[in-house]
Amino acid sequence: MADRITLRVTRYRPESDTEPAAREYEIPLRKEWSVLDGLNHIKDHLDGTLSYRWSCRMGVCGSCGMTVDGEPKLTCATFLSDHAPGPVRVEPLSNFPVVRDLVVDIGDFMRKLPRVKPWLIRSEQEAPAEGEYPQLPAERAEYEQFSMCINCMLCYAACPVYALDQEFLGPAAIALAQRYNLDSRDRGASERMDVLSEAEGIWACTFVGECSAVCPKDVDPAGSIQRYKFTAAMESLKTLLLPRGMR
Amino acid sequence: MRGMTLSHDVLIVGGGGAGVRAAIAVAEDDPRLSVAIVSKVYPMRSHTVSAEGGAAGVIRSDDSLDEHAYDTVSGGEWLCAQDAVEAFVKEAPEELLRLEHWGCPWSREPDGRVAVRPFGGMKKMRTWFAADKTGFHLLHTLFQTSLRYERIARYDEWYVTKLLVDDGRVAGVVAIELMSGRIEAITAKAVILCTGGCGQVYPFTTNAAIKTGDGMGLAYRAGAPLKDMEFVQYHPTGLPFTGILITEAARAEGGWLINKDGHRYLQDYDLGTPSPKPVLRSMELGPRDRLSQAFVKEVEKGRTVDTPYGPVVHLDLRHLGEKVIDARLPFVRELCRSYENIDPVRELIPVRPVVHYMMGGIHTDIHGATPLPGLFAAGEAACVSVNGANRLGSNSLPELLVFGARAGRAAASFASGAQGAGTTARPAVRALVEDERRRLERDLLHRDDGKEPISAIREEMRATMEESTGIYRSGSALAKAADRLGVLQERFRSARLEDRSRTFNTELVAALELSFMLDVAESIVHCALLREESRGAHQRVDFPARDDHRFLANSLIYRDADGARRVEYPPVTITRWPPGERVYGR
Ligand SMILES: Cc1cc2nc3c(=O)[nH]c(=O)nc-3n(C[C@H](O)[C@H](O)[C@H](O)COP(=O)(O)OP(=O)(O)OC[C@H]3O[C@@H](n4cnc5c(N)ncnc54)[C@H](O)[C@@H]3O)c2cc1C
Ligand code: SF4
Ligand code: FES
Repeated sequence: MADRITLRVTRYRPESDTEPAAREYEIPLRKEWSVLDGLNHIKDHLDGTLSYRWSCRMGVCGSCGMTVDGEPKLTCATFLSDHAPGPVRVEPLSNFPVVRDLVVDIGDFMRKLPRVKPWLIRSEQEAPAEGEYPQLPAERAEYEQFSMCINCMLCYAACPVYALDQEFLGPAAIALAQRYNLDSRDRGASERMDVLSEAEGIWACTFVGECSAVCPKDVDPAGSIQRYKFTAAMESLKTLLLPRGMR
Repeated sequence: MRGMTLSHDVLIVGGGGAGVRAAIAVAEDDPRLSVAIVSKVYPMRSHTVSAEGGAAGVIRSDDSLDEHAYDTVSGGEWLCAQDAVEAFVKEAPEELLRLEHWGCPWSREPDGRVAVRPFGGMKKMRTWFAADKTGFHLLHTLFQTSLRYERIARYDEWYVTKLLVDDGRVAGVVAIELMSGRIEAITAKAVILCTGGCGQVYPFTTNAAIKTGDGMGLAYRAGAPLKDMEFVQYHPTGLPFTGILITEAARAEGGWLINKDGHRYLQDYDLGTPSPKPVLRSMELGPRDRLSQAFVKEVEKGRTVDTPYGPVVHLDLRHLGEKVIDARLPFVRELCRSYENIDPVRELIPVRPVVHYMMGGIHTDIHGATPLPGLFAAGEAACVSVNGANRLGSNSLPELLVFGARAGRAAASFASGAQGAGTTARPAVRALVEDERRRLERDLLHRDDGKEPISAIREEMRATMEESTGIYRSGSALAKAADRLGVLQERFRSARLEDRSRTFNTELVAALELSFMLDVAESIVHCALLREESRGAHQRVDFPARDDHRFLANSLIYRDADGARRVEYPPVTITRWPPGERVYGR
């Protein structure tokens, strides 16, 4: 293994640059180093002006998503040695406005989150003193996968529908709605129906499956969307076929 | 938007577990109050997200509040405020159940009840868990629940640089909006600091990059005292190089710590005798301070394994089998595979002690109030003290909830009561804001005569802390460290920023964080130097015994307006558990 590697990093500062441009940095190549370790080396030793987000460096806070050699990745869980001999291209996530360098604006997602009502809905809230709502391990397993999302936005960066239509709720938001819909303690599926069933909800998805392919936490948002389409189709059938009281 | 006043009744700095819990408490307590969370990262990115093992709260019929309290007090080597511990153990189960009602996916028993697991230093099984991603689920549940309350305003990715103090009380903060770089005052009748810990003052830590002790620095500079800062917890099992945590739950599920000879060495340190199944309060389930100290002794005996990243011992999970590991410790397996290229199902995990948790913090009473009127604190940034000289694993997450909620309620009643009255937009406040703006713009961002980069100063600070305030400390090393930190403070004043941009200037943030860390480091070293005894996580080789006569007392460090430091020692609050011997494994 060579002992140096080049990172080709996209730089963009809105005050001084008219458009993004790549800049190369040569850094040591160590077998333990993630792409994020490489960026930190640049920031601490070569160029203090490089901006990017990170925090946990253990794949759980969701801050460090970037495009590495063309693919959306968590940079703290992507290793330089897997991209040797380089140069390794590091770019901001696609489909989001770039704020600066590798930092993108995810405000759109943050505004969509409350729309899917990602909280447990009950007709009445019992007092904690009355004890837990029972849930069998199998019932927990029903929604567990969809509860693992770290909001890293890799799926939005990979989604061809979101690329064309920013109104689309998008993979993670829909998976989160499903996380609550499928929770045996929740009674709110009907309240989430409207937003999920509108044109920009589940129906916008053309099932390309890119979101699930890039998801670092195996959330399978595409699966959640498919599953919800089926539920929604059944619901609308029921509306057509059944008298009100039986829906 | 400049010139528009940003103003709230209660302002919470920090969107981790403590901050979000406090915000919900304010919103529920008094719907008329305006409440906001300011956070330097989006709330769900806060460090709480990395907590793995679990959250303690008495729930089983064979357990009792008194036992949880005793485990906590003895684990903390009698430095805990016992009135706070009593409130804590009583309210923890209620808070954990509330979180269950909000949707937290706690792991379950076959009959549908919430499951509990053993944990270090705990005599009974009382640690609730969501596999080994407890903090992740806890924080996302809290944050998502907070979205129901439209009244909770948020300043996401705003960095707080200063507390505004006028006429002896808190009047709000100054903060930078990272996206635009604008500097604004956010005024408030009450401020709650929920800014988390400060592991980043050390080179080798489990803590995320954002854990830089900002809130401790903010309070200290505003004249509020910090408490018990010398008590820094080393967790016995971090991965070498990255410092990523392998949760104590791995030992609770039955994992063994072995030295280079395959020997379960903890039996040599008065921690019990080995048995194949885990025994509570014994061996691998002893307290963290004792386990980390045993590691140092093993290094001295030459019984550890050398690696490029220092000596290690091994954590052996192989006998648990793939099924248990995948069901109970999936994240441990994922982390080992990604960051060490090993599979714990078949291989030994190399581990070494790593800086993990700050027992000390901003001094508060049991309602989260600091001595500075209008200022409250909760979570790892605060020191009530529930954790004393050594925190037990899985006590921090319930602490965030219990004292986050308490601080929220106390701040709400402060803001709506007579104490909250009066204006926060006085001319004196405006002058303070202008001063701070000038400091940030002229003295930092546009300084022309800067000399060295901040990373060099940061590295030296970290090395200084590791050498002086590690697992074992000595008076001479601490005195030297105090001098070096003084020099580093000086050097920081002439540090150089390359980045002059307003937009998302992470170098400016790093500089401000470093300056808070230098203050925090100084308080740790100073208090460690003055505490001439050994207790819990504070072990002095020159004062190896516990000294209840002189030091059954909390340390309170103040920085006065003229910059002078002062340390006071109020006695520990003892209610029902007089100081005794800490017994593990016998
Ligand atoms: C790897 C790991 C595993 C752990 N596992 C467990 C466990 O299993 N059980 C347990 O009980 N405890 C555990 N702990 C401890 C526990 O996770 C922490 O003590 C706790 O999460 C701290 O929460 P907090 O709300 O106080 O702060 P944090 O979650 O750290 O949040 C701090 C907040 O303050 C904000 N902030 C800080 N400074 C500023 C500023 N200047 N301006 C604006 N905002 C600011 C940040 O943006 C963030 O939102 C673990 C700790 C680690 C490191
Ligand atoms: S679904 Fe997966 S890729 Fe999308 S935000 Fe969540 S964790 Fe990231
Ligand atoms: S830094 Fe947290 S996910 Fe990468």
